[in-house]
Amino acid sequence: MIRAIILTAGLALPSLPALAATKAEAEAALAAAQAAESEAIAAKAAWTPTETALSNAQKALAAGKWDEAKAVADEAMTLARLSVQQANEQKTSWRNAVVR
Amino acid sequence: MAADKTDPETDRKAFQAFFFAKFSNVAKDDFGNGPYAVNEGMRNEWKKIMEFPPYEFALDEGHAEWEKPFANGKRYADCFDNKGEGVRQTYPRFIVETGQIETLEGALNRCRVENGEEPLDPMTGMMASLAAVMSESSRDKPFAIAIPDDPRALAAYDRGKEFFYSRKGQLGVSCASCHMSPAGERMRGDILAPALGLLAAMPIYRSDWGSMGTTIRRISTCSSQTRAVPLKADDEDYRDLEYFLSYMSNGIPIVGPGTRP
Repeated sequence: MIRAIILTAGLALPSLPALAATKAEAEAALAAAQAAESEAIAAKAAWTPTETALSNAQKALAAGKWDEAKAVADEAMTLARLSVQQANEQKTSWRNAVVR
Repeated sequence: MAADKTDPETDRKAFQAFFFAKFSNVAKDDFGNGPYAVNEGMRNEWKKIMEFPPYEFALDEGHAEWEKPFANGKRYADCFDNKGEGVRQTYPRFIVETGQIETLEGALNRCRVENGEEPLDPMTGMMASLAAVMSESSRDKPFAIAIPDDPRALAAYDRGKEFFYSRKGQLGVSCASCHMSPAGERMRGDILAPALGLLAAMPIYRSDWGSMGTTIRRISTCSSQTRAVPLKADDEDYRDLEYFLSYMSNGIPIVGPGTRP
């Protein structure tokens, strides 16, 4: 009996609400990533993999794959932030590369 | 590091001295030939390719377009100094009225628009063919980019310099990362061209494209290769970069139109 309960609980775990993204969470993650990418574009610092990740997140969202949409949107967010960080760092560090 | 005082001529001398030392066996006038100037194997291939230059069709097309009058009867030649003959080496130019840098392709499109025609795609097609015609008429004329004593021109030069040396894209690569110290070395199947004379062969027929392309098409491709989102073709940053890079090549002869792998 105990083994049956454990097995049932184990099978149920992946579908527990606490572990799965909701539609609202996926939409929020995508909106945040899009906002971060807008900042990168404004700084002329955008990366192509960010655009790809955003596109994939939108497709996953449209397909109702909330987990995937949130995960890929989070990845896009990270990439967008890194691209802006790179641009900010380069505002001064480019001088170190100048041939003199 | 503190900002340096803007001194294009001192920069140019240091830039060129770097390449003359790195490639002491390459003649100054040969730098415009890019990878073919610094790699014997590629040079031999190039000589074979040049028996039937792949840009010849573009030149034919460009000459026909160049001679064709606009609807108002004016021609391209009416928009340029010396009727457009032998002036390519002076582009990009700083335009006092706008305070901006104008590329050769920008000047050609301005000519069209001022004469009631639609602008062309600045990256390829007929624009590349017209640029080829203008480059051909400037062959052997050394780059002669002017930077007037105007704070806006100097600021454009500075922005172009910053772009050239700034790492961009997910790969964190700058123009200098490929075309300064590693010039002449292989990156996968390609030989990296020296930054000196890099634009002297433009526009080019590039085998990888299977067609002609202008300077801005090549720069835009570089952006993609670093996994950066390319800017708009007429973006100020790209024009300023071309201004800086062309000024660095002052004294290097135009060899365009050219061909590249």
